[in-house]
Amino acid sequence: MNDMPQQPQRSRAAKWTRRGFIGAGVLAGGALVIGVGVRTGNPVGRLGPLVAGGEGEQLINSWLKIGADNIVTAIVPHCEMGQGVHSVLAQMLADELDADWSLVRVMQAPADGSYVVTDTIRTFVAPGTLDAPDWLEPTWNGLFTKIAQLADGLITGGSSSIRTTGQRTMRIAGAAARQMLIGAAAREWDVAAAEITTANSMLSHKPSGRSAPYSQFAAAAAEQDMPQTPQMKAPENYRLMGKDVPRIDIPDKVNGAASFGIDAVVPGQTLTYAAVRRVPVPGTRVAKMDAAQAKTMPGVLQILNMGDFLAVVADSYWQAQQALNAVTAEYTAPESTIRSSDDQFARFAAALDAAGDKGGEEVIGRGDVPTAMQAAAKTVSADYQVPYLAHAPLEPMNATVWARDGRCEIWTSTQVPLMARSAAAKALGLSKDDVTMHHPMLGGGFGRRLETDYVVMAARIGQATGYPVKMIWSREEDTQKGLFRCADMSRFTGGLDAQGRLTAYNNVFTQRNDPADACDCAFYDIPNKSIRVAEAELHLPFAAFRSVDHSQQAFFIESFIDEAAQAAGRDPLEFRLAMLGQSPRHKAVLEKAAAMAGWNAKPAAGHGRGIALTESFGTIVAEVVEVDMSSGKPRLTNVWCAADPGFAMNPDGFRNQMEGGIVFGLTAALYGEISLKDGAVEQSNFHDYKLMRMDECPAIAVEIINGDHVRLGGAGEPGLPPAAPALANAIFAATGKRIRALPLAKHFA
Amino acid sequence: MVKFTINGKAASVEADPAMPILWVVREKLGLTGTKFGCGVAQCGACTVHLDGQPVRSCSTPIAEAEGKAITTIEGVAGPDGELSKVQQAWVSEQVPQCGYCQSGQIMAATALLRDNPQPSDADIDTAMAGNICRCGTYVRIRAAIKVAAGLEPAKGAELRS
Repeated sequence: MNDMPQQPQRSRAAKWTRRGFIGAGVLAGGALVIGVGVRTGNPVGRLGPLVAGGEGEQLINSWLKIGADNIVTAIVPHCEMGQGVHSVLAQMLADELDADWSLVRVMQAPADGSYVVTDTIRTFVAPGTLDAPDWLEPTWNGLFTKIAQLADGLITGGSSSIRTTGQRTMRIAGAAARQMLIGAAAREWDVAAAEITTANSMLSHKPSGRSAPYSQFAAAAAEQDMPQTPQMKAPENYRLMGKDVPRIDIPDKVNGAASFGIDAVVPGQTLTYAAVRRVPVPGTRVAKMDAAQAKTMPGVLQILNMGDFLAVVADSYWQAQQALNAVTAEYTAPESTIRSSDDQFARFAAALDAAGDKGGEEVIGRGDVPTAMQAAAKTVSADYQVPYLAHAPLEPMNATVWARDGRCEIWTSTQVPLMARSAAAKALGLSKDDVTMHHPMLGGGFGRRLETDYVVMAARIGQATGYPVKMIWSREEDTQKGLFRCADMSRFTGGLDAQGRLTAYNNVFTQRNDPADACDCAFYDIPNKSIRVAEAELHLPFAAFRSVDHSQQAFFIESFIDEAAQAAGRDPLEFRLAMLGQSPRHKAVLEKAAAMAGWNAKPAAGHGRGIALTESFGTIVAEVVEVDMSSGKPRLTNVWCAADPGFAMNPDGFRNQMEGGIVFGLTAALYGEISLKDGAVEQSNFHDYKLMRMDECPAIAVEIINGDHVRLGGAGEPGLPPAAPALANAIFAATGKRIRALPLAKHFA
Repeated sequence: MVKFTINGKAASVEADPAMPILWVVREKLGLTGTKFGCGVAQCGACTVHLDGQPVRSCSTPIAEAEGKAITTIEGVAGPDGELSKVQQAWVSEQVPQCGYCQSGQIMAATALLRDNPQPSDADIDTAMAGNICRCGTYVRIRAAIKVAAGLEPAKGAELRS
């Protein structure tokens, strides 16, 4: 982070399009810097709805720098949490720039808005246009609002980085810089720009035999006029995009050098450590604390009753946790009358009962469901339910804080560094300019680190101590006291005509977050549809979970479609294909997965195969899961996955994300359950909140279809949704037992 | 005072003999490649070698290291930083996602291959079942172990089309 771009000595900015702009400047030492901004409302394909902020907002997403040493630095605003974003965004930029990949470096954009965003960008890229720094600090209005406010450039989620920042800024920055370098060389060499070629970070003019590294023209390039429409490469000219470029972050992840939030050091300072215990039931408070014994324990520095949590600060984390274990406390009575999981599901059932066939808030209404249902030759009905889930990233929640003299410095793993900074500032009564945020790599995010609760807790502890303190949650705290994927229940009735076609579809469920259309399998041609939400109280606080609503909706929908196929007496694959007449890309993906699995060949005795198709975050995914039920318990043998993300920028990285999403989805389907007892979470650690392990992991094959080079989909989340229904459908195929409540393994205990 | 060697170097630390090796290594020796995941020997993120044997450092008191050799992820590469065969395979197969569990995975795989240079799939299952990867990189961990064992060719982490 020492190598931050300096304040440009000279700068210019120009309109690029009505909705975007590019700025360039030159740094001391002659380095060229390029910044790209996009205004909200940019109607680029499906991205339009994502950038729904106020007119006139200007979103600065990324930079590139070309140094005197000919090193190209991509300054990536997104956080690296295992999805490979640092590498792939640099890959996209370097391709448009015709950069030598071995001379490309990546820098994490800092969360210190006072430097990069507020001051530098305002004066450099868009002078006089960014008067209100608050445009950087959106409030929580759902995940998609956060993505829309990419402005921040500092939000990582929604499987969005490639298709937003990558497509709209990294590529533009690379292409613009290349054109400006060519322009500068053409002027110096007094030749036509069209005669200059670029490759491997070199400019060449073949007729005169001249060539020079980019660095030689970096300063002069900044004086060039901005390309109004930078020339982007057509797919046939991609050199790095679409290739398996090795990840830049991996070497440091095999030798212990990679630094995560929990590894933070405070330069020149001795750290202390805090162990914490939140109140067991959300919304309650600490009524009484007895810390007499803990106070006498070795290493203990301070014991804090913060009202909503207890903290012990000690010389080591282990001492802090030992002492915290000796602290006893009593808590106020909870307001919620939901005490058990049965209570929670009873609320859901009551909401669905009250909604009936027509009640609740309509999400999708098409055709005439009552008439079609009346006319149906056969109807099929089912209720499905899913429990709460904990995200359980392997790096527990943690943050390191040094608060003193009206300032606060924070080191933490977060998907939202600027929002975390604002939240901490608010909690401490500071201006956000007085809070400095360092955000190293994340030991898993999965949506949990879109929340800032743990950062605020650490900041409050730091304010109480005044000296540097690293707060670490125990795994038990992480499992029991955080925020959760919601539990939910969904009710379906389908009507089949005499030919066994699904002509009527009635669905109501209780939880709706993001994406707004997750509840609709719009690619299936179903003429009469009514999809509604009948809201019901949730006991535990919600946080977006990898794939968000798709994580439960895909299980509901694709289980029900399978039941409809069964009721129609049709093959589950054939039944689906027959509804995909208007959706050729979905059809191709489904056919591909089926072919990979050898769908038409009978599985071995005791085995069953299930199939599911989803579209989430712009990517179409079909999965076939094969399960061996011969022992009476599910043993997963194979997953075949076909996916169409439009275009996979890094196919190997995309496959890795699909593999990970599948394991995440199968883990949730088989084992995932956070249940309630006396209003508190029952599970505590990995012995009772089970995650899939090596010996349970099936073989996974992934094939990619590049179906649309313009409208790209995401990678991080779309592999997850089909996994649960494909597995449940496989268990049905093997056993005839239809399981409508997750987790699946519980039914075979 | 507890005396041991850490990655080949002599060390002595003042610590409660009951303090787990994990926290001594991370907080007192500044070697943060060894990770805290669960605290109860359930996830394997904290795996180190004690006299060559993989142990869960979150649940092994430092007193047990008296007179013994601790090896952490930082001690796996050669003296000039050259990656071990296992580490090289982790790179060639592009195994890590977030990377948080991978120190423990590599320590477990290193011990497996030393004792069993040509492991079967069942051997890999047994040796690696104690290490959770929340990102779900098991397919690649299995492939990398086979590559490190010479059972399968490296996919090769270079530009591929």
